[in-house]
Amino acid sequence: MSETLHYHFDVDGASFANAGRASVETKKLLRQLGVPPEVIRSISVAMYEGEINMVIHAHGGDADVYITEDTIIIILKDVGPGIRNVEEAMKEGFSTAPENIRALGFGAGMGLPNMKRYSDEMHIDTKVGVGTTIELWYHLNKH
Amino acid sequence: MKISQVAEILEAQVLTGEDKLDLEVHSACGSDMMSDVLAYVKDQGILLSGLINVQVIRTLLMMDMNCVVFVRGKMPPAGIVDFAEENGVVVLQTELPMFESCGRLYAAGLGGADTGKEPECPECMDGAENE
Repeated sequence: MSETLHYHFDVDGASFANAGRASVETKKLLRQLGVPPEVIRSISVAMYEGEINMVIHAHGGDADVYITEDTIIIILKDVGPGIRNVEEAMKEGFSTAPENIRALGFGAGMGLPNMKRYSDEMHIDTKVGVGTTIELWYHLNKH
Repeated sequence: MKISQVAEILEAQVLTGEDKLDLEVHSACGSDMMSDVLAYVKDQGILLSGLINVQVIRTLLMMDMNCVVFVRGKMPPAGIVDFAEENGVVVLQTELPMFESCGRLYAAGLGGADTGKEPECPECMDGAENE
């Protein structure tokens, strides 16, 4: 079990209805692999919020899941507008999502804070006009 | 409380999940904001929502919740019910508004899921006792 398992998902930015598909699939995979349920819950919530963000703000992107014996890393990469002020975006309740997204149940300014809350480490690499890559790390030995 | 009792209290129709009505639920949460559900709900339970879209079902799946109640007489389209069915989620639908639905369930003894309180199940109570 020393090899790294890698799964790739295209996050379709064209349709809000499809947002979350990669997270649902990942959750099923992690269950099959016997990952502890509380870790699966955390990954599910964080990845789902990330996927929603990619669809709302960045016309979709790529989701990659890397699994080793002791670490799970989720990498969400888009070529969207980038995050202008990461510190502000990390505040609960801060949102730049349009009103129509709020009507769909999101855009409450909880996306990035939730991702932070539900990961052991979160790394944001963003550049305005270029895109955003977010890494979510989970250390299985910690749980 | 069994899901069948929830359906009875809310005078709800069962749109899918007839075979799972014996499942026990310990808590419920009422929200139209899925981000808030993802942020604050602590344990498995029921979601009451006036929001009708497929993301409500995905949110439930992410949170390991197994029942959604659509309130205010809103009827989900077949696609949403089918998606719930494929994923083993019970879908109830009631004519009652959100406030009354929550009130009836709370009065009948169902706790809140989003208060940060420890859920009322024996294995979870241990943590609360240690404080």
